[in-house]
Amino acid sequence: MTAISAPRIQEEPVVPLRRPGRWVTYAVAAVLAAMFVHTLLTNKNFGWDVVGNYLGSGEILAGLGKTIELTVIAMAIGIVLGVVLAVLRLSANPAMKGFASLYIWFFRGTPVFVQLLFWGYASALYPRLGIGIPFGPQFVSAPTNVLITPFIAAILGLGLNEGAYMAEVVRAGILSVDRGQTEAAQALGMSRLRTLRRVVLPQAMRVIIPPTGNQVITMLKTTSLVSVLAFPELLYSAQLVYSTNFKTIPLLITASLWYLLMTSVLNVGQHFLERRFNRSERAVSRRAAAEIPSEGR
Amino acid sequence: MTAVETSREAPMVEAVNVCKSFGSAAVLKGIDLEVRRGEVMTLLGPSGSGKSTFLRLINHLETLSAGRLYVDGQLVGYSERNGRLHELPPSAVQRRRAEIGMVFQRFNLFAHMTALQNVMEAPVGVRREKREAVRKRALELLDRVGLADKASSYPSALSGGQQQRVAIARALAMQPKLMLFDEPTSALDPELVGEVLDVMKDLARSGMTMVVVTHEIGFAREVADHAVFIDGGVVVESGNPAQMLTDPRHPRTKAFLGKVL
Repeated sequence: MTAISAPRIQEEPVVPLRRPGRWVTYAVAAVLAAMFVHTLLTNKNFGWDVVGNYLGSGEILAGLGKTIELTVIAMAIGIVLGVVLAVLRLSANPAMKGFASLYIWFFRGTPVFVQLLFWGYASALYPRLGIGIPFGPQFVSAPTNVLITPFIAAILGLGLNEGAYMAEVVRAGILSVDRGQTEAAQALGMSRLRTLRRVVLPQAMRVIIPPTGNQVITMLKTTSLVSVLAFPELLYSAQLVYSTNFKTIPLLITASLWYLLMTSVLNVGQHFLERRFNRSERAVSRRAAAEIPSEGR
Repeated sequence: MTAVETSREAPMVEAVNVCKSFGSAAVLKGIDLEVRRGEVMTLLGPSGSGKSTFLRLINHLETLSAGRLYVDGQLVGYSERNGRLHELPPSAVQRRRAEIGMVFQRFNLFAHMTALQNVMEAPVGVRREKREAVRKRALELLDRVGLADKASSYPSALSGGQQQRVAIARALAMQPKLMLFDEPTSALDPELVGEVLDVMKDLARSGMTMVVVTHEIGFAREVADHAVFIDGGVVVESGNPAQMLTDPRHPRTKAFLGKVL
């Protein structure tokens, strides 16, 4: 009887295992941390006062704005291009499939840094760009250097490269959706495009979102390569400053702190996005419930 | 009975020497059969016999290898000129498919849509019907399958039997002239089979033409007008279910029923 009425179990005390190794690692970590803080504070070459002066300065903030602008535009191009390329790659049309494969092969197979240089030196390849009939006359044309400014070169270089990577991300997402979903849509008479837009892509989002977050973070840092095109994003703005005052290390630290801050913000954002798209076990849609007239319930 | 009255019209489904092979594997080796209007036909047979493939050929989810398959007097995925089959453009295939409802073994409800949205999707998106009218009809259909209270539930919150009933309502929302059922109860827990079969019986009584691939011998005997036993890609035996299921003529049918019953 007591066994049933008194289910409380007395926890027996257990002598924990000694873990001397842990204490050694704590000690090593403490020494290393102390050394690190010590060098940060005592090595005057870090120039923390200079970092403090420039962290919120106009030229650095302007560069920060340009970096964000580049990231947003290049990612937007990359995502749109990625969806289109992924769909082409999965299409039944051999020409479209081939084009997408070739595109992805080329843009993933060459360094984005080299691609950026190509766009920057585009005028050496084609001095003028124009619109006309293939192999025929041109209607309008303009010097390449006028059309492809450093900003345009940066966006083309980053966006077209990103498209190739996003294509693979989107393709993985599309392939993750059960084949039965497509068959059910087809059996209802839906077109391929409608099936993709209404049935497959919404369900692919769960697989697409997390790696896309990674791509955004990578893109934010990759924009620093654009400094080679003399486009004043964050890194190049810092370089411009230290080329006149020779405070190289403090300005590189200034730029790094901003990059760190932005990637940290993006990390937090990604965490929330992932949580949102993982809510698969939604039982009842509140919005859908509101749509139903009372006599239907 | 409607089945008797309309038996003189063209059959709803007519298969003439239907063949299908996947690569070098011949799955169907010349199927001939007819489904009359208002008739319920069950296709029985061991797994791998080709009965599901035949069902998928009817709405062109698979392409024919040879033969002719007419639905309501029309080829589904093709047009025929001078004795040759020509592929139809996708839009024409989609129009014909939209008139044929299909229910799958694994339900295949759209997982990101509520039950109501699942039912409304095709009439609104494919047929461009008015949203309000479709919503009314969809709610009536959900009520008919006994799920009026689950309209705003996502598939993940429904039992297998409930999901399959929503899937039937989704197919009916397109007001099809023919319903195909591909082992609709095979993925269900035993205690949930009955609720789906009840909906199908109700549908059969309403005069819907149905082709049902199933292992439910009881359903075949009780509801079907016509039973067809397929094995090895050919029709082994066909006829009145009561007769065929209790006293099969062919030894292969006998052997199969002996294992299933």
